[in-house]
Amino acid sequence: MSTSQAESARRLVLEAGGTDRQYWLDLWRYRELFFILAWRDVAVRYKQTVIGIAWAFLRPFLTMVVFTVVFGRIAKLPSEAGAPYAVMVFAGLLPWTLFSSVLGDAAASVVGNGQLVSKVYFPRMVIPLATMVVALIDFLVSLVILAALMLWYAVIPGWQILLLPVFVVLTLLAALGPAMWLAAMIVKFRDFRFVVPFVIQVGLYVSPVGFSATLVPEEWKLLYNLNPLVGIIDGFRWCILGGDSPIYLPGFALSMAVLGVLLWWGTRSFRRTERSFADLI
Amino acid sequence: MPDTVIRAEGLGKRYLIGHRVHREGIFGEVVMRGARNVWRKGIDLLRGQSVIEGDVIEEFWALRDVNFTIRQGEVIGVIGHNGAGKTTLLKILSRIVEPTEGRVEITGRVASLLEVGTGFHPELTGRENIFLNGAILGMSQREVRARMDEIIDFSGIEKFLDTPVKRYSVGMYARLAFAVAAHLETEVLFVDEVLAVGDAEFQARCLNRMSKVANAGRTVLFVSHNMAAVSALTRRALVFRGGALSFDGPIQDAVAHYAESLSRMSVERDWGRGTNATLLEASILNADGHPSDRYEPGTPLRLRVVIETTGMPGMSLDVVLRDEHNLPIAYYSSSIFSAISLPSVGGRYVCTLALAPYFLASGQYCFDLMTNYNKYHGDHRVDNAVRFTVELCSPGGIPFDFSQSLGQGTQAMRLSAPLLFEPVPESAGGEALRG
Repeated sequence: MSTSQAESARRLVLEAGGTDRQYWLDLWRYRELFFILAWRDVAVRYKQTVIGIAWAFLRPFLTMVVFTVVFGRIAKLPSEAGAPYAVMVFAGLLPWTLFSSVLGDAAASVVGNGQLVSKVYFPRMVIPLATMVVALIDFLVSLVILAALMLWYAVIPGWQILLLPVFVVLTLLAALGPAMWLAAMIVKFRDFRFVVPFVIQVGLYVSPVGFSATLVPEEWKLLYNLNPLVGIIDGFRWCILGGDSPIYLPGFALSMAVLGVLLWWGTRSFRRTERSFADLI
Repeated sequence: MPDTVIRAEGLGKRYLIGHRVHREGIFGEVVMRGARNVWRKGIDLLRGQSVIEGDVIEEFWALRDVNFTIRQGEVIGVIGHNGAGKTTLLKILSRIVEPTEGRVEITGRVASLLEVGTGFHPELTGRENIFLNGAILGMSQREVRARMDEIIDFSGIEKFLDTPVKRYSVGMYARLAFAVAAHLETEVLFVDEVLAVGDAEFQARCLNRMSKVANAGRTVLFVSHNMAAVSALTRRALVFRGGALSFDGPIQDAVAHYAESLSRMSVERDWGRGTNATLLEASILNADGHPSDRYEPGTPLRLRVVIETTGMPGMSLDVVLRDEHNLPIAYYSSSIFSAISLPSVGGRYVCTLALAPYFLASGQYCFDLMTNYNKYHGDHRVDNAVRFTVELCSPGGIPFDFSQSLGQGTQAMRLSAPLLFEPVPESAGGEALRG
């Protein structure tokens, strides 16, 4: 086998502070482990539950109902571009749920897999990456609800819907950056375990999930876009509501820049502490 | 050298460990200490250092200045006491932890087995766990699938393969876990104490498998406490003591070196201190009154102990004798059995206990020593303080060595009166049985 010969020719040097130049190659080599861990999380997720995968339908659906009633009926906030409030809320809820579950699961994942980390070598980044798959599958289930909602309200998407996958990837990346930083921090300081649920709870209200970002006064708009979720949720609504809710471009650019910085920062701090994970866990 | 597979140079690993100095205290002190600890941890957090629990932080070298070279196809045993650095070495070699100093070069595809069943998920079935565990150990799915039948066969639990492993017994779990591990085929393999699972038959199968692996020309590093297994599987061994490589050579010499260091360890170890009476040193005395590590069965067992006491009245000196499995087999307490306390004038004393003769089976023994206050309240305790060996036990000069390894106990019982066989009358015996 040529692959094993190539590997056997490979010489590994282990020393203090030695940066592993082959890290990204290693990450690629361990892709099977990524799939297996992801498969494990998916297989185990709804074991010993009564309604199983129906939870993936129920949770976002009920949240949507509550938000529509609270924000749309009681607070009487306006929707975007005349779209039904429920559809607008759900278009915001989709990326938010994806973001928050990736953030929560990935941040806790390294400590949660402490048994593996202290007994076997593999690029540790495999762990937070694998947790994304579970969230992604729940997301796909929610898409079915979205389709049903759009049918019900007779909302017809435009060509923009084809760009939805791009925004899905952006959502994952937006969650991954902070999640990796938090995962590394939780290994060192368990205090951060208590920070994550709080951030998610607050994030739901500071992001335009239950309401439209157009409600934010013009002069604050750019500042508001410092939250990368603002740009992403805008993007989702643009895709789903068929371009009637235009993306505020300078704000979107800012959101993406913040996303990029967070991703870079998260990867960097994860890579830096990763080598001592087994000592700390 | 082209066939060098592993080369370690000046390898060292340092840990910072925290101690809790004060166990109890008045409320105010506890609060103050808590506040100090929070302050210290807060500063650690700001500096980005990790949090260490405890009042006092100490540096600890789990491994220091270790050098060795291993060539292609060698099978090496790694032996040493608990905490000698064996597992740390394996963890460094298998890239789980990073060395603090020095470097290692490894050529070839590496796999390590620090534990069997790593990553097993209780909710998944046996078959699913084979895939999961295989992937975690570094096998490709193709490899696992190709060896699936062998693995199932080796585990011997075919019937339960589609049951979640949380329903397995401990033995079944271990069998399945080892079956996966045993089919790991890489050029370099590191194995930690993993044979200590399953029943005797399964262990024998594992050893068999290990020796097959060892003979297949692969490089194996094998950590074990089981000297018989190490001697059978390897030709060369590394002996570790206190984080340093203390011997590197042929397996027979290594085992001898290890046994010797085991007996020396008691002297070199820090015994700590007691509050009122501290044990300083101890040894067995031979017939001439010189310190020794041998005991001749059937002679008085003389134990010399040096004690420092504050003069506290009512202190007792107690000893527990343990066999080679570290099981307690005998006990003596000066205050309980002889109503004797340590001297009530402070100072250092040499105390010689002459215990009545025993016919101890040949093998290893050790004494735990302790000073107690008021019969039961422990003051200073040193476990495995004195080790000694009985080389031959042949009560009455019989041509037979009664050894601990026979599994028939640690003492040869002796008759106190001649052994008699008196005939029982036929009828009377029958009556008695029926009654």
